[in-house]
Amino acid sequence: MSAIQIIFWFLSALAIVSALMVLISKNPVHSVLWLIMVFFAISGHYILLNAQFLAIVNLIVYAGAIMVLFLFVIMLMNLNNESEPQKNVWMRLAGAVSGGCLLMILVSLVRQAIEINNKVAEMKVGDIGLIGNLGKALFKDYLVPFEISSVLFLSAMVGAIVIGKKN
Amino acid sequence: MTTLLAIDWALLTEKLILIAIIIFASLGIALYMTYGERKVAGILQDRPGPNRAGPFGIFQPFADGLKLIMKEEIIPDTSNKALFILGPGLAMSAALMTCAVVPWGDHVELFGRNIALQIADINVGILYVFAVVSVGVYGIMIGGWASNNKFSLLAALRGASQAISYELAMGLSLIAVLMTTGTLQLGEIVKQQMAPGHLWNIAYQPLAFIIFLVCAFAECNRTPFDLPEAESELNQGYHQEYSSMKLGFYLFSEYINMFISSAIMVTLFFGGYDVPFLNESLLSPNIAALVGIIALMTKIVCFIFFFMWVRWTIPRFRYDQLMNLGWKKLVPLALANMLITGAVILLWFNK
Repeated sequence: MSAIQIIFWFLSALAIVSALMVLISKNPVHSVLWLIMVFFAISGHYILLNAQFLAIVNLIVYAGAIMVLFLFVIMLMNLNNESEPQKNVWMRLAGAVSGGCLLMILVSLVRQAIEINNKVAEMKVGDIGLIGNLGKALFKDYLVPFEISSVLFLSAMVGAIVIGKKN
Repeated sequence: MTTLLAIDWALLTEKLILIAIIIFASLGIALYMTYGERKVAGILQDRPGPNRAGPFGIFQPFADGLKLIMKEEIIPDTSNKALFILGPGLAMSAALMTCAVVPWGDHVELFGRNIALQIADINVGILYVFAVVSVGVYGIMIGGWASNNKFSLLAALRGASQAISYELAMGLSLIAVLMTTGTLQLGEIVKQQMAPGHLWNIAYQPLAFIIFLVCAFAECNRTPFDLPEAESELNQGYHQEYSSMKLGFYLFSEYINMFISSAIMVTLFFGGYDVPFLNESLLSPNIAALVGIIALMTKIVCFIFFFMWVRWTIPRFRYDQLMNLGWKKLVPLALANMLITGAVILLWFNK
């Protein structure tokens, strides 16, 4: 096993264990913290794939901004074991069954996808993930989709402010 | 098994030693910053400051540290214990992690090896700093929440919203700088400023520097933006329930943050380890590295003094004033600076 493989297995195990802990932990604040661990592990994977920009932006946007807002809401609502509504057994069972079905579909789709059959992930090579190349790709080849998505973000921001102003 | 872990062990040891040196140096400097803070406060308030432990009181930080370690450690009964302990640890490690991308000097030649005085010159250097800074908020938030105290929680929320608000203006002000440098690598940014005929970035982007400086004050929770520690409104702040070295970690991480943000500002705007009017390439590498480190440290100390000077001169902002300044003044100003810089680069230099 090379060093990269060891790191890969470590990060994968970390991501899966943390993701399970998000679901298992009883305390919502713990769940949020485990979710942050998942983001860190995924960023580690991005770095292994030589996509440094994506890795860092994943940390800034998800771990640094969105999760802080999650934490804000949870802390202000003061959710904890006592006040959390306990769902009954049937609801839990239904959740497990539907979640399992989704997992099965996803796994079978990924296994059958032609694009990734017999392909090996490129570790440490390729430079499309570096910031200069990514910027050129976004602003030359994909300029119109990029601009449209930025307009979408702007409208979402304006919408959030309008909703927030009502009260 | 000979191919197991095909790592360049020499490089690994070299980097580990460098990391150890930088972390211990940061801790030592932060230790003496507490002494400097009290001395500066003393001078500004026309009193001697600490002068009992050793000549000029230079052993005062050790006395303070010993006091913090020896004090009784109290973990509140109703607190969330694991997170209560995690909080200060997170604050401290986030503060120390930033120093990985700062170029402390060019390179030294030791034992026939060419050792770069930077732990990692990564492609997205300045974004890494932002990522670590945004993760640093969790130290305050988790600590404040886990204490299970209303004042701590309020202070933590204040601190987090302040940090998020000012990160925005900080990022926008930096975009203008990055447009002129054309790279995010901190090592490369310093080398550009060292090139003959090229001034320090402060000359090209003075407005961006002022915005960045104000935001750095807010990010470090320093006066006039130390709202999370506003003792007149919040008893003590987010670390109210903390005692002993856990409190020490919070206080200490603030000083390390100050040190690192000074280092980042020097690197981005004041030429990093560049000595003005001196061509470093004429000196032998080791001498040049030494001169560079001394130059960098001198600039950093000037900034740290500025931080302290401001703290003992300007009163604290009110919270709504803080938010108004961040969102209604600094963000539009940074956006305007960004647009003007972009227009000048496009029309004037035709890049």
